[in-house]
Amino acid sequence: MAEAVAERQGIDRARVLAWLQEYGVYASVLALLLFNVAFTPHFVDTGNFRTQLVQVAPIVIVSLGMALVIGTEGIDLSVGSVMALAASVVVLYLGYGALPALLLALLAGGVAGAVGGALVAYVGVQPIVATLALLVGIRGLANVLVPQLREFTDPTLIALGSDSVMGVPLVVLIAVGLTAVVTFLVRRTTFGRQVVAIGGNRTASELSGLPVRRVLLLVYVISGLLAAGAGVLATARLQASDPTSLGMFMELSAITAVVIGGTPLSGGRIRVLGTVMGALLMQLLQATLIKHNLPQSWTQIVQAVIILAAVYAARERGAR
Amino acid sequence: MTHSNVMADREGAAAPAAGPARGETVSRLLQQHGALMVLFALIVFGSVAFDSFAGGENAASIAVSSSFLAIVAIGMTFVIISGGIDLSVGSLFVLGGVLAAYGSRAGIVGALGLPLVVCGAIGLLQGLFIARSRMAPFIVTLAGLLGVRGIMLAISDEGATTYLVEDRAFASLGQDGFLGLTYPVYLTVLLCVIGIALLQRTGFGQNVFAIGGNEDAAALMGVPIVRTKVLVYFMSGLLAGLAGALNAARLSSGVTILGIGLELDAIAAVVIGGTLLTGGAGGLTGTMAGVLLLGVIQNLINQVGNLTSAFQQVVSGVFLALVVIAQRILSRVQRLT
Amino acid sequence: MTKSTEPVLEATEVSKRFPGVLALDQVSLSLGPGEVHALVGENGAGKSTLVKVLTGVHRPDGGRLRLHGRPVAFGTPLEAQRAGISTIYQEVNLIPLMSVARNLLLGHEPRGRLGGIDLPRLHAQAEHVLAGYGLSVDVRRPLRSLSVGAQQMVALARAVSVDARVVIMDEPTSSLEPREVATLFGVIGELRDRGISTVYVSHRLEELYQICDRVTVLRDGKVAHTGPLAGLDRLRLISLMLGRDLAEVRAVGSAGPARTPDGAAPVPVVETRGLARRHVLRDVSIEVRRGEVVGLGGLLGAGRTETAKAIVGAMPVDAGEVIVAGVPLRRRSTAGAIRAGVSMLPEDRKAEGIVPTLSVRENIALAALPRLARAGVVSDARIDRVVETFMRRLRIKAASPHQRVSELSGGNQQKVLLARWLAMSPKALLLDEPTRGIDVGAKAEVQTLIEELAGAGLGVLLISSDLEELVSASDRILVLRDGAVVAELAGADVTEEQIMAAIAARSGEEPHG
Repeated sequence: MAEAVAERQGIDRARVLAWLQEYGVYASVLALLLFNVAFTPHFVDTGNFRTQLVQVAPIVIVSLGMALVIGTEGIDLSVGSVMALAASVVVLYLGYGALPALLLALLAGGVAGAVGGALVAYVGVQPIVATLALLVGIRGLANVLVPQLREFTDPTLIALGSDSVMGVPLVVLIAVGLTAVVTFLVRRTTFGRQVVAIGGNRTASELSGLPVRRVLLLVYVISGLLAAGAGVLATARLQASDPTSLGMFMELSAITAVVIGGTPLSGGRIRVLGTVMGALLMQLLQATLIKHNLPQSWTQIVQAVIILAAVYAARERGAR
Repeated sequence: MTHSNVMADREGAAAPAAGPARGETVSRLLQQHGALMVLFALIVFGSVAFDSFAGGENAASIAVSSSFLAIVAIGMTFVIISGGIDLSVGSLFVLGGVLAAYGSRAGIVGALGLPLVVCGAIGLLQGLFIARSRMAPFIVTLAGLLGVRGIMLAISDEGATTYLVEDRAFASLGQDGFLGLTYPVYLTVLLCVIGIALLQRTGFGQNVFAIGGNEDAAALMGVPIVRTKVLVYFMSGLLAGLAGALNAARLSSGVTILGIGLELDAIAAVVIGGTLLTGGAGGLTGTMAGVLLLGVIQNLINQVGNLTSAFQQVVSGVFLALVVIAQRILSRVQRLT
Repeated sequence: MTKSTEPVLEATEVSKRFPGVLALDQVSLSLGPGEVHALVGENGAGKSTLVKVLTGVHRPDGGRLRLHGRPVAFGTPLEAQRAGISTIYQEVNLIPLMSVARNLLLGHEPRGRLGGIDLPRLHAQAEHVLAGYGLSVDVRRPLRSLSVGAQQMVALARAVSVDARVVIMDEPTSSLEPREVATLFGVIGELRDRGISTVYVSHRLEELYQICDRVTVLRDGKVAHTGPLAGLDRLRLISLMLGRDLAEVRAVGSAGPARTPDGAAPVPVVETRGLARRHVLRDVSIEVRRGEVVGLGGLLGAGRTETAKAIVGAMPVDAGEVIVAGVPLRRRSTAGAIRAGVSMLPEDRKAEGIVPTLSVRENIALAALPRLARAGVVSDARIDRVVETFMRRLRIKAASPHQRVSELSGGNQQKVLLARWLAMSPKALLLDEPTRGIDVGAKAEVQTLIEELAGAGLGVLLISSDLEELVSASDRILVLRDGAVVAELAGADVTEEQIMAAIAARSGEEPHG
């Protein structure tokens, strides 16, 4: 008798955890929205929504790349520094025009990603270490290139950060567009399916003749490109390049978004929309706490607890 | 990270030679003493290139400013040898400083006791998550990094309040000393000696090496896995808190912005010192060489004058990458000889 | 020396059930003091489960274990070890980066003043202990710098030094040099004299006859035979292991496939010349023609899987070449072999075959993705067509193509993997134990499928420990022993009896008949 009850509880618990991992992030976003509609004054306000979305856009873009990397059972700690590098490069070359500067910034991000990817895929260094070295080195490089905050007046770049199309900020549109692109990449392309397969079972992928190393390299390059793009957008919005603090702790926010979005750290599965929702959830949480006069520090503590809970839930499920 | 079976098969292919091969001896020497050699070369270079480098005063200043990182790196060495990683030490360092300044109202006991108890407890908690719940060390301590930062900001009014050290005796602990060196330097040496003894001469040390080398085999050989791991993260938290407290004593205040990114320097120092990031091998003499190497690089860059401290980050990043690549290559050489 | 005859370790009617399988069915084993007991059986016979029950890795579902007459139940390997049962695994289970001395004495280090580890004494003691095993090495060096044989000796020394009464050795000689094997046997002899019992798991018959007193043969989770080894004919031992009664085999005779392979085809689809790898393969040359099923016979560890892996480039070789349809493979890689038209169905479905996080559909399409895509964008229509075709043709039972592959039965997972390769329209398939661990119905289906594939012109290299399956499916059979081809059987010679005779022949002696 007692055993049967215990077993049923065990199954229920597993089912609850599985449901939470699958839909928890959507439910939480919805719950927070409802809470704010009911209890937060001036929450249902287009201005407020705009601000929230503009703030979350760079995080979303970086998280997309992070989701791909985590899907291969890797990690990319260098994304925040790559943002800073892109911010430096873009103002350094602004003299040649906004477009060349932007392309160079993206190139820099791609090269940084390629270095990390080569270390992981060809040298065989653990992803966490390879990208840690990049985190340190690239932040330094960004600061060497542009030692202090540097403002700029290039109208094109400023427009990139502050213009809107039909009331929707350009930055947000770009984030939405990139989300669509990455979703397409993961679901519909050979590359995307290979990424997931390699994360799911690397040996089987090798024996099935997949170009494992090339795919891994490319994943880190994409993560670098997306981080650089986010860096340029954030810089455009600030109307100043700030390599010292831009993108600081971004790797944490991105990993958090991916993990609470339901992508397992053990790889083999990528949830793009979940990742976007994860980023939105953290943003909403922060906004809610601030609107109710709870300080920034609370957000960080809550964020830490949420990460632990998400990983713990995923672990429980994986163990079964 | 995980290496596929196909690769493992390929690498595990041949290890038949019984006698010591010269390639292996050289590569082991490089791995264990590479940092020391580079340090020596840099010191020689610095002495020749800059008049102001070789003096005793400058050497003392390098030692003093490196001592705090060194204390953190001692804990990190244990963690990495056990096959883990601790990303929370930077936050714990800052929290330790703030708590020490706050606690100094109750005298030196409060100034030291408060940070040690709190940071030790946080380390212990992380250790339990890692060892008991079998969660990845990197994600647990990443959450620790964030959460501890949050706690630190919460008790310092979002970083707006800087507590001053109220206790003269405590401040003296960080500022005074003898023979031109401050107490933290001597404490570092003492802790390092204790750490070496722990690693080399106690069962605990053997267990740390065994777990990092092959956790499954260690379990079969009777090593208490959970207890050892919890202890390792507890130590790391404790030492980070202590270093933060001493730093607060030196600065006479619990500064809330110093120490960000300290975990990266600590990891870099440990790895540069020849401890394998995959765990199972390494030591504290190497770590100390790694810490000093970072300190000397910083000092030399300052000597040049027109280079910013950001340049040091570039150098340590490149250095770290080179060391990790070298470790991979050396370990291949060692397997193939 | 007076020896009591009371058994040291006794397992009585031990059973162990895993989901879907009865791995051990009332198995009994009795081990006298100083006895060297051979434990043999093919894959899946239950010997590794039995070893795991004896060493505390698994808890038995039924039956009793007695140590020195007292009932025992081990919760963990450590408990078993503390009770005096030590295991030497095939893969050395020590800490490779730690020094030899520290490995040997971990947890039992000699202490000096102040309670610290006394390094000089540690090293002296380690040297002394290892000298007793004929090993003189620098004990300060990391363990991994030793040869595998020496490492195994250290593991053995450690096991015995922690006061073992029973030592279980799992394939201890698989990577040893002949000289090291001799040393190991010397040590086992000494253990015997000291009254320490040994359970010796191996497939090398010569070794068994050389050092073992008694033997227990497991088959399908049951004891097929137990008794003294002396006087047990080799052929009889093999027939016990493989579960084929000699009389029955003779009566039934060969039942080869009713197919006429394209023997006249000028070039074989797959050909190997002189594949060699230290300790693993010796000069293996094989030809597989269009429409032909070539069987690889031999006991576990004879080099069958390794041959297949070498062909597809999943295992490096020291020498030899692989030629596909007349063209030598130049860069050895799995991708290259697959492009040339040769694929391998791996033995370990879980670790090397399926991608558990993906669906049936995606697992089938995995290798063929680039062919099913236009400019890198996968075409759902094409994938659906392929998936549908093969799910129907191979009769894959799944709720839908979108079901996770990890939820399917073993037989259906195997068919999914077959479909993955057939979708590549290969020239040749290497099947490594394709019917292992799948139920009887699925097994028959897979066997029929192999026949159909060969009938459609594919060259098939079949590895199977199921002799009946091997004989009925193969046109020709190559028998491997110790990494070398020792016999080639064709036509009327393709019989179970001939295979067993070839396996049983002593080294350097050809099978008669």
